[in-house]
Amino acid sequence: MSKDKALSLYVHIPFCKQKCLYCDFLSFPAGEQQIDCYFNALSKEIQMTAEDYKDYEVKSVFIGGGTPSFPEARYIAELMAELHSSFNISSDAEISMELNPGTASLEKLVTYRQAGVNRLSIGTQSLDDAALKAIGRIHDARTFYETYQNARKAGFENINIDIMSALPGQSIETYMDTVKKVVELHPEHISAYSLIIEEGTPFYDMDLDLPSEDEDREMYHRTRDYLAEHGYHRYEISNYALDYGDSDSLDSGIADEYLPDFEKYECYHNKVYWTRGNYLGLGLGSSSMVENVRWKNTSDMREYVDFFMGASNYQNADVTKLSSGEMENISVDSIREDYQKLSDSEVMEEFMFLGLRLVRGIDTEEFKALFNRDIREVYGEVIEKYTTQGLLEFADISGHRYLRLTTKGLDVSNTVMADFLLD
Amino acid sequence: MADQSKIRNFSIVAHIDHGKSTLADRMIEKTGVLTSREMQNQVLDNMDIERERGITIKSQAVRLIYKAKDGNEYTLNMIDTPGHVDFGYEVSRSLAACDGAILVVDATQGVEAQTLANVYLALDHDLDVFPVINKIDLPSAQPQEVKDEIEDVIGIEAQDAPLISAKNGIGIEDVLEAVVAKIPAPNGDANKPLTALIFDSVYDSYRGVIVFVRVRDGVIRKGMKVKFMATGAESEVVEVGYFGPGRFIASDELSAGDVGYFTASIKNIQDTRVGDTVTDSANPVSEPLPGYKKVMPMVYCGLYPADSAHYSDLRDALEKLQLNDASLFYEPETSQALGFGFRAGFLGLLHLEVIQERLEREYDLNLVTTAPGVVYKVHKTDGTVFDLTNPTNLPDPSEIDYMEEPMVNGEIMVTTEYVGAIMQLCQERRGRYISTDYIEQTRAILKYELPLNEIIYDFFDALKSRSRGYASFDYELKGYEKSELVKLDILINKEEVDALSFIVHKDGAYERGRKMCEKLKDEIPRHMFEIPIQAAVGGKVIARETVRAYRKDVLAKCYGGDITRKKKLLEKQKEGKKKMRQIGSVEVPQAAFLSVLKLDEE
Repeated sequence: MSKDKALSLYVHIPFCKQKCLYCDFLSFPAGEQQIDCYFNALSKEIQMTAEDYKDYEVKSVFIGGGTPSFPEARYIAELMAELHSSFNISSDAEISMELNPGTASLEKLVTYRQAGVNRLSIGTQSLDDAALKAIGRIHDARTFYETYQNARKAGFENINIDIMSALPGQSIETYMDTVKKVVELHPEHISAYSLIIEEGTPFYDMDLDLPSEDEDREMYHRTRDYLAEHGYHRYEISNYALDYGDSDSLDSGIADEYLPDFEKYECYHNKVYWTRGNYLGLGLGSSSMVENVRWKNTSDMREYVDFFMGASNYQNADVTKLSSGEMENISVDSIREDYQKLSDSEVMEEFMFLGLRLVRGIDTEEFKALFNRDIREVYGEVIEKYTTQGLLEFADISGHRYLRLTTKGLDVSNTVMADFLLD
Repeated sequence: MADQSKIRNFSIVAHIDHGKSTLADRMIEKTGVLTSREMQNQVLDNMDIERERGITIKSQAVRLIYKAKDGNEYTLNMIDTPGHVDFGYEVSRSLAACDGAILVVDATQGVEAQTLANVYLALDHDLDVFPVINKIDLPSAQPQEVKDEIEDVIGIEAQDAPLISAKNGIGIEDVLEAVVAKIPAPNGDANKPLTALIFDSVYDSYRGVIVFVRVRDGVIRKGMKVKFMATGAESEVVEVGYFGPGRFIASDELSAGDVGYFTASIKNIQDTRVGDTVTDSANPVSEPLPGYKKVMPMVYCGLYPADSAHYSDLRDALEKLQLNDASLFYEPETSQALGFGFRAGFLGLLHLEVIQERLEREYDLNLVTTAPGVVYKVHKTDGTVFDLTNPTNLPDPSEIDYMEEPMVNGEIMVTTEYVGAIMQLCQERRGRYISTDYIEQTRAILKYELPLNEIIYDFFDALKSRSRGYASFDYELKGYEKSELVKLDILINKEEVDALSFIVHKDGAYERGRKMCEKLKDEIPRHMFEIPIQAAVGGKVIARETVRAYRKDVLAKCYGGDITRKKKLLEKQKEGKKKMRQIGSVEVPQAAFLSVLKLDEE
């Protein structure tokens, strides 16, 4: 029996105390009964789905949201128990969970840790109270510090802190102040995103005092430089990991020589997306890709809950559970949509535009092995164009020839990536 | 065989907006060919563009059956004509197929510049013209004043002109009776050999070319062999018929005096030229009917397919458009920036815009158009003279002795309060003042000599904005005059873009160059590097703008592995790039080429 096929799990918890003004993710406030109902449905989905993945070993789990720390801690504990009993989860799997300051007490954190969560991602976004208020966060900087200290006390040794630049009213100074304060805490991982105003969010319709594009870039570059100086290397466009071990041979955050375990604090789960590993999405609106087939769960809560709980009522939450006999006759396919078996050329496109999101870039030899063609044969023109413009470059890393975005190219990655789509 | 005395062939001529199409609709309604329910809003204007612009472009015909008060049934062939000055040529074609014309005059506006132009065209064709006064239901209608004006200005009898409201269906019977009474019946001879004038044609993918004819003498019937006199081509007639409202009605034959169509499995659209005469192959006449006067294109521009793969599609489309628009001229040309395309000649800027829109809508083509220019005469130092239609072909200044540009006699009719503003506009456009005539206390006709190249850009727009829409403009070509002209070049990232070069008077070069740079700066997206945009005359830069390098182009957090969404964004971005033209390392959107055609009036 071979259990060598790797799988990652993404579990979506679509609840939050209050929606942030910039947020366009699938998330909304909900009452206790609705939350209870959802976790019941989620548990059913896990039971019904896991059967198909007996031959896979789960290497990472990511519980995201919404705010997974918003519901009572027992739900996460039960969810973890359900995952462990249904899937074959590797003993050294990375098990991350998102968390917002102001929603997780020490007690909750201890519960998460005991349930097997071994990595936390704390979304603070800023340590400037004015900025936090401006973007509609429910917490202040002090609450974040409390949460962070409690997480350490609860035994978390791998913590990510999410911060955002280009927020309304933010200056380069106030932003860099946040970066410095975050670095002082010495988290293992830092995600630094620049705010993008998405259509459909309250911000889209508001008249905002946003930093100029130049200031925005300045923030981005100073983050990169500051973090590099303080022992963090950038491994993906917006993600930085604390160097593990000796980092003397590194410069400017781009690692040319990977030391053993150097990558230890890079988020394994995040890299699965960019390297096209298998991942299964569980819960409302989650996305999956397994063996080059992509699909998505429904984003309609009523449909999701009704499917697993019978024609129950998400509002009333007086749940009539399906008997196991009834369940055998139905397929989870009913709540899945947008099934897409990727063609060879789609796989190739994805390999390129996803892989380039990693600072390391894509392995040209892997390309050849996968597609049986030389990369220049397919993309020679695009590569020529962007290497000439100084946005792409080749680099030899650990004996392999990689194609990667240059520092300059990372700033304008979309432009470059779009050209790797095939006609 | 039809009794010619019961046939009336006529057109309706009018100034734009005076209600010509509405009147045509009402007449169709009154003659009972269609029920009211079947009536589309404007039956004759069946092209989308026309409906949106509210103007009629292609001449089309319709046959009406009318039972007159004298108890007889008459066949009325109504041939629609365009109202805009640019389409004088088409008006001329339509009128040649008629024996008379109805002149529609707005009771609130009176005689306007185009009214005159069209009436004179009709009179040139020896047509009998009678007026009708429209929009009499409006409070500001002044029917008696307008009647007097028609008699004073045009010199045709107007006192018994029907007073109508086409919109409200008032007085339509009077118009129909007037058609019967005042428009002469055709006087051809059905026993003579066939002569029929081609006044239009359309291409149908099943039937081949559908030829629209007015039969002068003789008969054309199914199965007979006909000859196209200008080209010598011969074909067997497959179908003949009349124009029903919005459709063709087949019949056995068309006889002297009739207006209708025939098909003859003609696949080569070049065989049937509008203005040519069709005759019987078995019994041909020796002399063709007088055709139309050949018109010269006044405005030229480059037409390029946005995607160079569609070059042959563009060629086919132009070929088909030329079939029913003989005034359209085109020849292949090549641009460094835009690749393979065509240099096309038009009667005016509106004509250009209409053709461009028809190519895009009817033929689903995505086009890039270069700045329109006129035909300059270049006198070289070696004594030779040539016509310059493409600025790129201008020789080195050292080889040029002098250049001439076309001038027009322009007439602007405007209410007196805007005379000052319009005079100022004409001055700015290098106009030479001739005279001011007051036709009433409130209206004046300003006469100016203007260089044609000053009015083909945005003159109409400027005229409208400065007169709040009250000015109308008419012009005719006067001839060539010596002028100090220079070629203005645009450089994007130090590379000269041939498609953006144009000829301009040296005094206007700086201003236009500056405006173009500003416009291009707004249209060219930021790149990874700084892009200078320069305007230069003879290698000397006279204006410059800079598109700053752009900094941020990364996607937001890619959540929970939702790659599909990310890919859609990238696809959108890639789609956007496809609409770009590569100039060196700069991607220039097609919109940039179009934007410089209309440099805003401030």
